[in-house]
This record gives sequence, structure tokens and C-alpha cells, in this order.
Amino acid sequence: MSQSAHADPVPNRIHARAVPRPGRWIAAAVVAVLAAMAIHALATNPAFGWDTVGLYLRDVTVLRGVGWTLVLTVGSMIIGIALAVILAIMRRSDNPVLRSVAWFYIWLFRGTPIWTQLVFWGLISVLYPTLSIGIPFGPEFVTFETQAVITAFWAALLGLGLNEAAYLAEIVRAGLASVDDGQEEAARALGMKESAILRRIVIPQAMRVIVPPLGNETISMLKTTSLVSAVPFTLDLTFATNAIGNRIFEPIPLLIVSAFWYLLITSILMVGQHYLERYYGRGGGGTPRGKGPRKPRTGRQAAIAAAGTAKDDPFLEVTP
Amino acid sequence: MTATAAATPMVDVRQAHKMFGDLHVLRGVDLTVQPGEVCVVLGPSGSGKSTLLRCLNELEVLTGGSVHLDGELLGYREDSAGRLHRLHPTAIAKQRSRIGMVFQRFHLFPHMTALENVMEAQVQVLKRSKGAARVKAVELLERVGLADRMDHYPAQLSGGQQQRVAIARALAMDPEIMLFDEPTSALDPELVGEVLAVMKDLAAGGMTMVVVTHEIGFAREVADHVVFMDEGVVVEEGAPAAVLDAPREERTKDFLSHVL
Repeated sequence: MSQSAHADPVPNRIHARAVPRPGRWIAAAVVAVLAAMAIHALATNPAFGWDTVGLYLRDVTVLRGVGWTLVLTVGSMIIGIALAVILAIMRRSDNPVLRSVAWFYIWLFRGTPIWTQLVFWGLISVLYPTLSIGIPFGPEFVTFETQAVITAFWAALLGLGLNEAAYLAEIVRAGLASVDDGQEEAARALGMKESAILRRIVIPQAMRVIVPPLGNETISMLKTTSLVSAVPFTLDLTFATNAIGNRIFEPIPLLIVSAFWYLLITSILMVGQHYLERYYGRGGGGTPRGKGPRKPRTGRQAAIAAAGTAKDDPFLEVTP
Repeated sequence: MTATAAATPMVDVRQAHKMFGDLHVLRGVDLTVQPGEVCVVLGPSGSGKSTLLRCLNELEVLTGGSVHLDGELLGYREDSAGRLHRLHPTAIAKQRSRIGMVFQRFHLFPHMTALENVMEAQVQVLKRSKGAARVKAVELLERVGLADRMDHYPAQLSGGQQQRVAIARALAMDPEIMLFDEPTSALDPELVGEVLAVMKDLAAGGMTMVVVTHEIGFAREVADHVVFMDEGVVVEEGAPAAVLDAPREERTKDFLSHVL
């Protein structure tokens, strides 16, 4: 270092010894040994049946289960998001009936176990054997057999979606609340109507706060779908692997098969979430001026971040 | 001022009272602004001047009294028996669109470029075509000296530039009157001048303006009418020379001795 000192822009660069940290080395050694023991225990115990795992990893029933699990995840998130936006807007409403109904919905669906709710949706045809469209408390025009309309699949989808909506509603509400009041005020002063203010001004800025926890919720939903046997819906990944495991009297390898698939999908979702968060998250003070083609949406999100009109912490006021 | 005395005032505030809970912020304010007049409202913080301004476009609803805009009662319809009926929010939004408002902290829409900020309400409220709104927005941004900043987001603009975009955004609605709520208070000192220059230009163009500010120099140079408020009432008003250089009231003298 001292030979090249003439090239150093800092003539009096500090070369000090670091604080000795023997604890670090000891901790690293302990954890490394424990990890090696865990891997060894996994690999050498024949009860895990790694050959069976390999055999069933790409089994048709298992792959079909993966497909159904994905359908349930995506479908219930779509139902959840749509309903959550409605609920969050209802909670902001001046109308006390809308406000309290939304509050009650969230209270009920967050306050009871998802398992209970799924069993309930499975039994809906016992409670209400027929469904009909007509005038409330008046004549009915069309009547359906509940069992024919709400099959096990739809019961599972509804159960997951309606439950998720209660959690997402709180996230959406926090997102809407994170937008500076001045934004609404400025739009109002321009003569914009409330619906246009929400759609054009508030929601686009709230997305920044809403999207990152939405990724978490999707990952969580992927695994919650394993509870649909409560309905009972019998085609999802967990049910499929359990059924095979019980049939061949080797439950452990099949648990590992399902865990593998859940982990794989979660990992893919995590990559997606990483990019979404980078896209919606704080990205520094905006793109350089007038250089190259403008990336409008990246700049747009960075601009929202830099304006400080939305709170930075996406988990603020969200405690599911 | 004397020539317009017979015309319908652009703004006519009568005995305005505003309560926030138990806090009596406006205690019977009368204010008349003639068309084409620049009215500067001065006063210590907490005097109610910003609240008065916000009541002029119904961002705050008066507890008592009335505001007429060009002869039209704001916020209410009066029936033949003299009873007041609150207007539908759509009707109130329509009244607001005739009144331009510029805020202390700009409140530009951060997810839109300068151009989109100026276009937005033209399209949403006035139902102009995007093309027409763009032409108008470009013209206004050029007028406030931001021809080269149209595609920038607010975060990429200085405070003074942001405030000029905000002025252009308000002007795009072709307002009958412009309200300014301490438009230079959030700016670095070296940026104040560019915003005041745009406002002077507007005043010279005959725009009716109500300006809440601490810029005494602007009041002296541009105002036709200076109002001094304290503790929710108008203490003194008149021509700038009279109020600023020869105040009659003790409170006005006291305030001016602190700001000048």
C-alpha cells in the first residue's frame, strides 16, 4: 500500500486494525457444525425414502395437484383483491351503514379460523338447499340447486377468497390512508368528483404501499390452499400427495414431494415479488433528465416515492 | 377600483364564521373582491387567513355567513322561503372548477408528469379532448416558463418549478378567480422570485386574485387591496399604501414592525 501512496487521493489514509471478534468465529463454527449434522441426518436416514420421492415428484396426480393448487391460489387472490378494494372503499365511506357492514365483515372473517369457514362453505348446500334470484323478501324468479351451483371447487375458491378479502381489505385501507390528504384536496379544488379522485389520484399512489404485502399474501395463500380438504376439495397438491402416501404406506416421502413443490412455487413467487417491490418501492430521486428513452412507469413510481406523499413502510397499520 | 365599484363583486363574503369544534377561527369576516382586483390578505399565523381562503372554494364549509362568487351563492341553493338547501357534491365540484387554487405545498400529482398534471382536470372535469387539453397545457407551461420541463415528474422539479406547474394546473380550468394560499412559504428564498414573477404576470393580465402571503413587497407592488386579519376578524383594509405605510390600527402596526 505504502509504495502506491503517491496515487492515493487521501494522503493520510487510516490503516487501523479491526476490533478482534473471536465470538464471530465461534458462532460461525457452531452453526456450521449444526447445519452439517442436519444435512447428514437428512441424507443418511433411509426413512426419508429419497428414491420414492424421486419416483413421485413428477407423478401425474401430483402434477395435477400442483395445477389445482395454482388455480385455487390465483382464483382466490382475484376474488380477494376485488372484494378487498370494495371493502376498503366502504370503510372510508361517509355512510355509516356501509362503514359498519365492512367493519363487521372484516371482524367476522378475520376472527374465525379458515378451516371453520371452509367446512362451512362445504356445508352451504345443507344450510340452503336452493338458491334463487328474485326480489328481496319478495317473489323469486329463478331457483337453483345449491349443490349444482356451488361445487366443492367453487366452495373452496369462495371460502379462500372471502377470507382473504378481509385481510387484503386492511392492506388496501392502509394503502389508501397512506396517500397525503393534500392530494385529494388539490383534486377537489380542481372540481374533480370523488369517484374520479379515487380512481385517478388516490389509488395509483396507494398501489406503492399495497403491492409489496400483496406478494406476501399470495405466498401465504399458496400454502393456505392445503386446507381445502375441509370442504372437502380433493384435487389439490396436499390432498393428492397425502392420498398417495397413505395408499403406499409411505407418508414421509410424499410429504417431501409436496414440500418440494410448495417451495419451488414459493421461490418463483419470491422472485416475482422481488421485482414487484423494486418496481413499486423507493427507487431514488427519479430518472436522469432527458437521457435516453424514458421508462415512464419506473420513473412514475420513483416519482411517487420521492414526493413523499405515501408512507414508506408498507406494513404500517397492517397487523393481520 | 373606483370604476368597478358598481359592478357585481367577484367575491362577496358576508359575516363569515367558522368553528372547528370549540375553536372560533373566523369571527364575522366581510370581504369584497372586485373583478380584476388583486387582494392580498396579511396577518399573523392563526389569524384565520388560510381558513378564509379555503372557505372561498368550499374546502372548508362555513359555520355561518355566506360567500357569493360573481353573484352566485356558493354551496347552497336558497328557496323562495329563504331556506338554504345544501347543493349536490357534483354542483359544488362544478363551482369549485371555476375557482383556481394554489397551495403552499404545491400538491402536484406525483405520478403524473408536469404536462399530465395540467391536463388531468381538463379531461376529467371540463371533458376536453386529450388533444385540446394537451394544447392548452403546453401553452400554459410555456407561459410559466417550463417549456423544457413538461415531461418531468414533480419529484424531478425544484420547488419553484413545481409551484409554477401548480399555477398552470389551476389556470388550465379557465378560472374566474385564483386563490393563492402562501404560495411561496415552502420555497427556498432564491426560488421565491420566479413564482412571484408568474403571479405578477397573471395580475397584469387582469386575473382576479386573492393571495394569502407574507411577501409584503409583493403586496406593495401588485395588490390593489390589502386586508389585514387577526384573531378571525378583518382589522384593517384598504389600498396597499394606506395599510402598509400608514396603518391606523395598533395590531397592524405591530405585525408590520415584525415582518418588515
